[in-house]
Formats: sequence, C-alpha cells, structure tokens
Amino acid sequence: MTPDEMAGMTTSGGEAFLFWVLAPLMVLAALGLLFVRRAVHAALCVVFVMVSLAIMYIASSAPFLGVVQVVVYTGAVMMLFLFVLMLVGVDASDSLTETIRGQRWIGLLLGLGLAIVLIGVVSQATFRAGAPPTEDQVANPVGLARILFGDYVLAMETVGVLLVTAAMGALMLTHRRRLEPKRTQRYVAEQRVKALAEGGTLTPLPAPGVYAQSNAMDTPALGPDGRPLEHSVSRVLRIRGQEKAAPATLVETSPVATSSSVEQTAIEPAGEVSPVWGTGRDGGEDS
Amino acid sequence: MNGVILAAAEGGVAADFSAEPILASVVKAVLIVVFLLTSVLFAIWFERKVVAKMQLRPGPNWHGPKGMLQSLADAMKLLLKEDVNVTRADRVVYLLAPMLSVSAALLVFAVIPFGPSVTIPFTDFSTPAQLTDFPVAVLYILAAASVGVYGIVLGGWSSGSTYPLLGAVRSTAQVISYELAMGLSLVSVFIMAGSMSTSQIVNSQTQVWWFIPLAPAFVVYIISMVGETNRLPFDLPEAEGELVSGYMTEYSSMKFAWFFLAEYINMLNVSAVAVTLFFGGWRAPVPDGFLGDALNTGWLPIVWFVVKVWAVMFFFVWVRGTLLRLRYDQFMVLGWKMLIPVALGWVVVLGGVQWALTIAELPRSTFFYLAAGVVVLVLIPMLFWPEKRRKAEPAEPETIDAFADGYPVPPLPGQKLPASERFGKEVAGSDR
Repeated sequence: MTPDEMAGMTTSGGEAFLFWVLAPLMVLAALGLLFVRRAVHAALCVVFVMVSLAIMYIASSAPFLGVVQVVVYTGAVMMLFLFVLMLVGVDASDSLTETIRGQRWIGLLLGLGLAIVLIGVVSQATFRAGAPPTEDQVANPVGLARILFGDYVLAMETVGVLLVTAAMGALMLTHRRRLEPKRTQRYVAEQRVKALAEGGTLTPLPAPGVYAQSNAMDTPALGPDGRPLEHSVSRVLRIRGQEKAAPATLVETSPVATSSSVEQTAIEPAGEVSPVWGTGRDGGEDS
Repeated sequence: MNGVILAAAEGGVAADFSAEPILASVVKAVLIVVFLLTSVLFAIWFERKVVAKMQLRPGPNWHGPKGMLQSLADAMKLLLKEDVNVTRADRVVYLLAPMLSVSAALLVFAVIPFGPSVTIPFTDFSTPAQLTDFPVAVLYILAAASVGVYGIVLGGWSSGSTYPLLGAVRSTAQVISYELAMGLSLVSVFIMAGSMSTSQIVNSQTQVWWFIPLAPAFVVYIISMVGETNRLPFDLPEAEGELVSGYMTEYSSMKFAWFFLAEYINMLNVSAVAVTLFFGGWRAPVPDGFLGDALNTGWLPIVWFVVKVWAVMFFFVWVRGTLLRLRYDQFMVLGWKMLIPVALGWVVVLGGVQWALTIAELPRSTFFYLAAGVVVLVLIPMLFWPEKRRKAEPAEPETIDAFADGYPVPPLPGQKLPASERFGKEVAGSDR
C-alpha cells in the first residue's frame, strides 16, 4: 500500500471517537432487539440502531444517505411498525408458543446461514483507499443524482413502476364498493330540519346525568326545572328497562316527576314548573 | 466530525464554514437555545394576548408590563408542581418520550440562517449567522421532525390509558400523511433554487421570493405546516373536546412542560422554514440593490428574519382564533385527496416547464409570465361558467327481503333493508 492510499484510509480523531462511542451502543441495542420482553422496546432498539447508523453515514461523508435513512426508515417504516405495535397496548405480553412447527430450528438454521454469508463477505472484502476530496468534486446529492438518473435511470424507473403497482394493489385489496349513497353532512342536516316538523330536535339529545350517587348512562339528566329528562338516557337502555330513577332526593320530594309524566311537564311553560323546583329544595332542607 | 461533514459539503452551500473554530459553533448553539427558550416564553404570551384581542377581552394583564411575565409565572408553576407518575405506565418510555420531543425540536434551528456573514464587534472575526449548513440541510429538517413524532407516539402509548393512545394513533396517521405533502411542496423550492442547502436557498431569492412564483407549493406548505405542528384547526391528536388533551393527558409538572415546550418550538421551527424557503430568509423586503444592499449586510438581516418569523407566528394564532377543528375524516380527505395530488401535480408541471425552458434556452423570468398568463386564461372562463345545477334527490330506496332466497344478502344500490324490529319502538309503559 502506498502512503497515498494509507492517507485515504485513516480516520480523523473525531471520527474514530464517534465510532468507538456509537458502535458498542449500537451492538447493545441490536442485542436488545433479541432480548427485551416488550415489542415496543424492541422497536425502540431498532430505531436507535437506525439513527446511529445514519450518524455513521454522515460521518463517512455521505450526508444524503444518512438523512434519507432517518426520513425513510426511522420516520416512515419504523413508525408504521410502531403504529401496529401500539394498538396491542402496554399490558399485553407476547405469546411464546410456537405457531409454526419447528420454527425455532428453522430460524436458528437461517440465522447461522446468514452469519456464514456475512462473515465470508466481510473477510473476503478488500478495502480500497478512498480518494481524498478534490477541488472540483460535486456535492454529495448532486453526484448521487447524476448516478441514479444517468447511469441507472432504467433501474430507477423500473423500481418506481414496481412500487406504484404495489401501492395500487394494496389499494385494490382494501377497496370496497359503496352500496348506498353517501350520507353527507348536508344531507344529514337537511333530514334533521325535515324531522323538526314531526317532533325531532335539531340539537343533539341531552347527555345523561352524572351525580354523586350514581354514574351516568342509565340515569336521566335533570332539566332546568329540576325534573329528569327521560330522553337523555339511551333508547336501547329504556327499551330493555335498564333505566334508573333520577337522584333520590329530587324524586322523593317532587312526586309529580314520575317517569310517565316527565316528557309532558318538561315542555310546559317555565312559570308553572318553577314551584316544583322550589318545593324540591325546601323539602330537601326539611328532611 | 464537523470537518468531515464540511468537507463533503463544499459544493452547493453558500455559507462558508471552513474557518469556523469549535468555540464559535458552541457559542452559536448556546445562543440558538437561548433564543428558542425566550421565544417560547414570548410566544405563549403573544398567543394569549392576540387571541384575547380577537375575542374582545384583555388577556393576561396582571403580571409584569402588559402581563408579559405571565408565561414565566406559568413555567415556574409547572416546575414546582407535583410530578405524578402513572402506575400503569411503561416507566422508561414514559420518561423518554417528552425528552425525545424536545431534543428533536431543538435540532431544526441548527441549519436555519439568521443572516449573512456577520463581523463580531471590536474584532475582525466574521462568521455566518448560522450554526451549520450542508447540501441536504432541508432534508435534515424533515428528518428531525420525523424523529420528533416518536415523542408523541411513545408518550401516548406508554401512558397506558385510552385517550392518550387514541391521540397517539391519530398523531401518527396525521404526521405521516401531512409530511408527504410538506416534502412534496418543498421539492419545488429545491428545483428552483437548485440546492437543498438553506443558505443557498436564501441566496437564490435575490430577485423574487419563492412564495410568488411557487404559490401552489406555498399554499400546500402553509396548510401542512399547521397540520404538522398539531395546531388548530388540525389539533386532532390533542382535541380537548374529544380526547381530554390526547397524548399528554397523563403527563404533569415538568414532563408536561417538555411537551408544551416542544410544541411551541416546533411552531417556531416550521415558521422559520417557511421564512427561509418562501419568504426570502433574512433578506430585507426591498428590491435587490436598494441603498447599495445596505439593508442586507451586517447585523440588520437578523432583524428582518425575526420579524418575518413572528409574522408567520401571528398567522398561526390568527388561524387558531378563526377556524374550528376539522372532523377527522375531513382532515384525512384534505390531506390525501387535495394536498398530496396538488403538490405532486405542481412538481410535475414545474419540472416540465423547467425542462422546456432549458431546452428552449429561455430565461427563467419567462416562466413567471407564462404562469401568470395561464392563471388569467383559467380565471376568465371561470367568471362566465354557468352555475352547477343541484343534483336531483335520490329516489326512495326499495325495501327488500334479505332472506328471500334462504340466506341473507346485502342490499344493492337503490335497495334498503327493512327496519330493525327495535327501530322506532317506544319505551314500555310510556304514554307518549
């Protein structure tokens, strides 16, 4: 090896330091992928390896490759993995039973094969000296673009077409024919206004009540007059007969407010109703 | 490592970092962090005050002059609050998430040019008003943003609670779809500037700021920028009315403050990117060569830059004070069926025009006249276009017996199933 070639191969002090800090951490994270219990932790280990790898690329004068590694792999691919893993939830533990018979042995065998191939390739490799940067050298992305869209343009376009085809295939597989007209927001609004003449409401129905003694859903809310609003409870619960009475204090002290007469009294003018609210309060204080 | 990056970066970068001592880089990094932190304190006050003015109320006006110390007091309160940890949380990830959010947010300003080369007073040392720059600086910004999403996603997942998880899932879908549109809108700037380095992009805007010739890409960027930062009307991951506050529901005290900080820094980030790529960066809003370029040299450009960033920040607040939150499906339709096709189509058109101009060897200004002509040609017929007739009401669907042939079949278009037995049934005992 000539001295010139040697000069191309040596690394600067900063780069060597970076390598010896990052490399052990990367190996640890890669091992973590094998040994951590939770799937999300394993995904995080992969993210760490990917980002560290990107830093290594940048340190080796390949800023475009490094940044694209983060954008594409960490930002998109791993994020989609995480998206699926997340839906499993924090508490879920992985099943350790074999779903395919003998999958451990097959996995071990394939891993061994890969290890042999990798060791073979690495040991056979000869390190060519990198040429030192020259004055007229083009910037990294420009050089890459000239290679990809000049020398390898056909391969690039073929891969592009393949990817688009795959995306179209995925769309086709998940596509479903619409069997009925779409219920647009305008349509729903118009239907509501039409229903107004037949006693419908424009606004959403009142929400069920939350009180100290009972917890919502099956308990009617109280109207401004202090009477329970029966239609605040889900219709299904009412048909099933699972509706509960309004809070005890008010039901006891205002005997008028039985479930059968609620709806009628609720739409009566406020003047007639307000005395009930008054008696309800007074009765509560007396008892 | 610094030297290695710069060696690779010599081509395509306008700012010169070759004579940069490490001390200068460290000082710049510290200055950027200080700038960001004080800007966040100011931004919170600014937002509350502007929204208050829009809603005809005074806003914070008690602590300090015009209430300016309000956000400082709020920050102190957050620092001193009890730090609650959720028992069911995944401890490590729960702590990691807010830190990840903040550190990713802090990365972006490293490549934002505050100004051209400045000379330090009382010395003859001059340096670019920018921490660093390299040929793929804008892609680096996108990379930092995509790492920042991990904070939101992991925070939502590790809380072990329903609303945060829903917020995190929404956020993932949102950021992935809006980042695509954002990236595509940035591509047209790369085509025009011929570079992805921020200082070179600013240098390419001496004649015209890119938001005029690249108006479609600019509009797409502005919309996706709001989506990317989870701000109203796209604040679906937080959505106080639906998800309490989404991914940060289970966070309190300083851990919550980290998320809060990251959100505001991200606002500053996307504003700074908008300014750098579309509003001429640190360039003064005057024609090229005005007063012998005195407004574009020395320390003055930093003022222009900061003013422009705050103009975009004002836009953020204005949008928040004006628009309502979108429904989730409308939001996704906007992203996938409007923004991405428009951005993609625009890149194709721009690429074609650029190629044609190169072939015909015409100056680039021809393109602007061409674009203006096309816009006028499209607008004139639109003025005289007859109004669309309202579609007739769809015919009442026919009720079918789904079990007619012995096994259930779904209704075809124009058919419907008979109403369920429970439909319209009244409550037993009710005399309504």
